[in-house]
Amino acid sequence: MSEGYNFAYLDEQTKRMIRRALLKAVAVPGHQIPFGAREMPLPYGWGTGGIQVTAAILGQSDTLKVIDQGADDTTNAVSIRRFFARTAGVATTTETARASVIQTRHRIPETTLRADQIIVYQVPQPEPLWRLEPSRAACRTMHALAEYGLMHVKLYEDIARYGQVAISYDYPVMVNDRHLMAPSPIPAFDNPKMDRMPALQLFGAGREKRIYAIPPYTSVRSLDFADHPFRPHRAPHACTLCGSRDSYLDEVLTDDRGGRIFVCSDTDYCATRQRKDAA
Amino acid sequence: MSDDTLLSARDLSLSFGTLRALDGVDVDLWPGEVLAIVGESGSGKSTLLNVLAGRLTPDQGHVFYRDPDGHLADLHAMSAPALRALHRSDWGFVQQDARAALRMGVSAGGNVGERLMAKGARHYGEIRAEAARWLEMVEIDPGRIDDLPRIFSGGMLQRLQIAATLVTHPRLVFMDEPTGGLDVSVQARLLDLIRRLVGQLGLAVVLVTHDIAVARLLAQRIMVMQRGRVVEAGLTDQVLDDPAHPYTQLLVSSVLQA
Repeated sequence: MSEGYNFAYLDEQTKRMIRRALLKAVAVPGHQIPFGAREMPLPYGWGTGGIQVTAAILGQSDTLKVIDQGADDTTNAVSIRRFFARTAGVATTTETARASVIQTRHRIPETTLRADQIIVYQVPQPEPLWRLEPSRAACRTMHALAEYGLMHVKLYEDIARYGQVAISYDYPVMVNDRHLMAPSPIPAFDNPKMDRMPALQLFGAGREKRIYAIPPYTSVRSLDFADHPFRPHRAPHACTLCGSRDSYLDEVLTDDRGGRIFVCSDTDYCATRQRKDAA
Repeated sequence: MSDDTLLSARDLSLSFGTLRALDGVDVDLWPGEVLAIVGESGSGKSTLLNVLAGRLTPDQGHVFYRDPDGHLADLHAMSAPALRALHRSDWGFVQQDARAALRMGVSAGGNVGERLMAKGARHYGEIRAEAARWLEMVEIDPGRIDDLPRIFSGGMLQRLQIAATLVTHPRLVFMDEPTGGLDVSVQARLLDLIRRLVGQLGLAVVLVTHDIAVARLLAQRIMVMQRGRVVEAGLTDQVLDDPAHPYTQLLVSSVLQA
């Protein structure tokens, strides 16, 4: 652990401020709580919101896992994991089942999360209505009055134009049948995992200075129409490495002659399955 | 006010600084009736419309609206959510500039369906069928349901706005210069359409216009405003054929006879 830094980098006052915002966020599921996001030693868009939330909830006995697009070994995940290993001295892991805190960008692990785990999402844009309503004041009024017809206009337009809802990630959800929420840019495939998840889900948006949360076992419904129900999309292949037909797949180009394979985006899930097969 | 008025306003006054935009105005509107408010620019007619629709709060006076259950509510004492709910379902607002009222980046069908979805419609097929039906009602080819309003003509835009407003079957529609800025032949067609729809649906309309001919064609009753005051009110034909107030006489005589 590096000398000269407070535990988990942030000073205690800042962590308290973030915890207060987190408590409010848990009390009103899906509602965005403003907080005074600090400058972090990495650029906006690389997970400053998620890091601040993780720093505020991390304890000495925690085990941290960080994933980026499902992978433990990408630059972003490695950097953030090392950051907390250095500034907090906490144990780190790549195994979903062993982690007590999981910070994620763009995925929810395939392994079902438990009640004693917390998942922290990095959020670039917390406002689900931002592409539809440019005024933040108007957005807040719509949230306050639960007027979400506009979001359905967007879904209507997609179906009219493309025959289906053309949102593949950051697919808007209704939390606790009250607040419209942006689930962060996870694939729509992961949306059903949020519904009544036993683990606490926290969302941090650093640049936009917003925190929101979904308490354990809260209903999370993806928006849809009665005659066009929500359908999570998955590439219709099996993982080349582990053969999984259930997990979310990444398409990987293998050469410049059109060769490509599909592999699990969740590296821990894939590796665990490969080890089982080998044994 | 009597037991069956839809909308009643008493003694409305509103000043912008030293300018008295409204000065002791009374309004009564009965279900299924078209009331025209005429007057020249700056006479306070648009201000009156905005006060009646709850968009502006008067310095003095009250506006009462009878909801479908028969309860009388003071508009400016209502909570913001209740007023917005009223605007979304029971009321409609047609403004002069259709481009400002419509979503130009959303298809015609989406624009008409917006109010349905805001009211809670969640069946794509039904929303689309209803939108197509309404496009036909306002004489827009239902085949253009997926076209963007951007490529519509001015008259079509105005008709689209009317469809998008009437789709939830409001009981009361506020219209602010609905035919303004359109050429004469398009205007005539639009007026025909509005008159037909108002009759078919039994709408109550508060219509603001500076065009006496529009008022004569659509309205049963008329109010003539000058400098924030109502100078003359009564049945349209009576007021326009036999104007009593000098200002009304001036208005009527200034219309070019074809």
